[in-house]
Amino acid sequence: MKVSLADLPLGQHAEIKSIECERRLSRRLMEMGLLPGTRVRVVRVAPLGDPIELRVRNYSLSVRRAEAGKIAVIPEATV
Amino acid sequence: MSDSAASPQVLIAGNPNCGKSTLFNALSGGSARVGNYPGVTIDRTSARIRLGGREIELVDIPGMYSLTASSPEEQLAVNALLEADTRAVICVVDATTLERGLYLALQLIESGVPVIVALNMMDSAERLGLRIDTERLTRLFGSPVVPVVATKRQGLDALLVALEKQLGPTAGGEKPTVAYPSKLEADIENLIPIIADWRAKTAPGQLRVFALWCLLSLGEDSLRGVSDTVREAVRETREAALAEGRNPDLEIIGSRYAWIDEAVGQACSVRQRQLSWSERIDRVLTHPIAGLLVFGVVMFGVFEALFAGAEPFIGGIERFTGFVQEQAAKILPAGVLQDLVVEGVIAGVGNVIVFAPQILMLFLFIGFLEDSGYLARVAFVIDRVMKGVGLHGKAFVPLLSGFACAVPAVMATRTIERRRDRLVTMLALPLMSCSARLPVYILVVGTVFAGQSLGWFSAGAIALFSMYTLSVLVTLVAAAIIRRTVLPGPAPTFVLEMPPYRWPSAQILWINAWRRLRIFLVDAGTIILAMTILLWALLSFPKSAEVTEHFAVERERMAQMGLSETETAEAIESLEAQEAADQLANSLGGRFGHAIEPALRPIGFDWQIGVGIIGAFAAREVFISTLGVVFGIGEADEENKPLRQALRDARHADGALVMTPLSGISLMVFFLLACQCMSTIAVVRRESGSWKWPLFLFSYMTVLAYIASFAVYQGGQLLGFG
Repeated sequence: MKVSLADLPLGQHAEIKSIECERRLSRRLMEMGLLPGTRVRVVRVAPLGDPIELRVRNYSLSVRRAEAGKIAVIPEATV
Repeated sequence: MSDSAASPQVLIAGNPNCGKSTLFNALSGGSARVGNYPGVTIDRTSARIRLGGREIELVDIPGMYSLTASSPEEQLAVNALLEADTRAVICVVDATTLERGLYLALQLIESGVPVIVALNMMDSAERLGLRIDTERLTRLFGSPVVPVVATKRQGLDALLVALEKQLGPTAGGEKPTVAYPSKLEADIENLIPIIADWRAKTAPGQLRVFALWCLLSLGEDSLRGVSDTVREAVRETREAALAEGRNPDLEIIGSRYAWIDEAVGQACSVRQRQLSWSERIDRVLTHPIAGLLVFGVVMFGVFEALFAGAEPFIGGIERFTGFVQEQAAKILPAGVLQDLVVEGVIAGVGNVIVFAPQILMLFLFIGFLEDSGYLARVAFVIDRVMKGVGLHGKAFVPLLSGFACAVPAVMATRTIERRRDRLVTMLALPLMSCSARLPVYILVVGTVFAGQSLGWFSAGAIALFSMYTLSVLVTLVAAAIIRRTVLPGPAPTFVLEMPPYRWPSAQILWINAWRRLRIFLVDAGTIILAMTILLWALLSFPKSAEVTEHFAVERERMAQMGLSETETAEAIESLEAQEAADQLANSLGGRFGHAIEPALRPIGFDWQIGVGIIGAFAAREVFISTLGVVFGIGEADEENKPLRQALRDARHADGALVMTPLSGISLMVFFLLACQCMSTIAVVRRESGSWKWPLFLFSYMTVLAYIASFAVYQGGQLLGFG
């Protein structure tokens, strides 16, 4: 099953598999360091449910759920 | 300072929130000048400093994550880099987000310009347990990497020494070479000859840089000055690659990051990483309940400051303007010159500086929110609501400020990154019911709803509440419509860095707020001053000799009536008010009011209100004082009883009352929706960079106001009101 960042439970680490959104946005995300293989986790959800806050490469980035849904991830095995 | 081209230019580049402006201010000592980049509405902040016996120009370029561009604004950094007099770039990198900052640094180094990496916030990095070997990074990047703490002014000397060396004749170390996939290398080789045709003057070594930049930037862009041949070649190359299942964007960016990850792995080690206090704060500030509560309190604070906090200062400026006008009237002989100076020039200057308190306060507030990191959280918390109408979360603070005054609110839109999103916000927010509309509502309510109530509520309270609710609804709907029609394009994406919380520097807040104010005073101020004088002339000329003569005779008659001194003074005052009313009726503005009366009748107004509306273009509250003159009452405010009575008694030519509850509502709706404010026009002109947008704003709001008032008045009559 395909898992996206939007499906990821809070705090769960994952590895980015691919980014499949519109070019301008995917380019932006990649240039901010979100590339296949990069570790990422969802740290927070906005009070109204959207957007969500990611932790990646030691900084925080917020994206809307719609966009997070286009970032496929592989969840890391939970210990 | 005339030979601006002579001093070598050094750019300060960096990611947003990396402390770039702090470093710029630390290096320049706050002596910056703000200009404008030609063609785009982005401020160019620069300062001259002395370095090793010569003068250099430091330029603070806008924050960015990469050199890739898809809009003229983003292209600006690239153009600045390629300017012949750019001699070096200081790339500020936040040491706590090393890889992302180094991505930009690597691009800059690849472009061939001498780069000095200022590794900022080394203290925060150490607290986080990051150990960075800057000497190793220096060797790997072939460019000096200097640790600094801009807020504490640490490492600045070493930075300047490195800069001086880079400006000298001896080039730095060996530049890094990123290994790109071989198929991409082939693509680059194919593009180079085409790019060489386009950029004949570019050095051969630079062509490769351009090829990479074009591959990454072109396509769905609005860049200027790229030749069609190059566009076509890039499009073909990209399509061919995509057909093979390759993604050139990923290949370029991925290879660069791979190189950086390797370098950082060699030069950087992480000890025990601790939960930063920033993350602890965020647990509260973005908490579902506490977060919304704090959000509400902070936004209320902004609102209160703009509304109530600025009030005494605004009052003070207005009293001072009045005082200067009185003094000028005493010094200058009565006549056209006195009127020009008092009613035109001094009133115009007053109209400009009256905005200063609100602009300063809003920008101190926004500066504090932005530099502390909370503004990003504001956008995070409220984006869900803004998304519904196609606005960015960052549009919230400007929209809220619109309740106080559209002028600082329009200026506040510059926190929104994309020009399209900025324009949509700028064009919708003047519909927010600003504080200058309130006196008009109060006058109308006091005139047509005095003492009436509906159940528990007074009719006036219901009317006011309806106006504010309507204004919010119309603003949001207008934003949604503008976004879909006038400025179509992809919905604003929300990819926003949430910077760590930091305590802002009071000095920088002040410097920035002051800069904003100065830009307003100079750029928008001149337009406001000119329009005030124009409006004064419109409402003063031509002077009717007949009227003057008539009132001279009247005064003569009065003097011979043998009244007591106070009676004479009262009679003269009333005569003068009447004369002013007659002169106004005869002026161009007055005639215009008469001329448009046929258009005003269907929305329930007469020519006198029409003149008031023309006068209100100076500022909405001027509607009231203009009406005072029109009705021969003299000076009047919204609580003025004679003015309210005069309005109640006013009749159309056919004998029908002008001000009924229905025409009152129509008038309030008109003022709510019409762009009766030259200062808004002036500031939108400044912030959008062209006359096209303020003219569009004025037209659509006027048409909207007319249609809405027409619907209210005609609909109301059909339903049997009025």
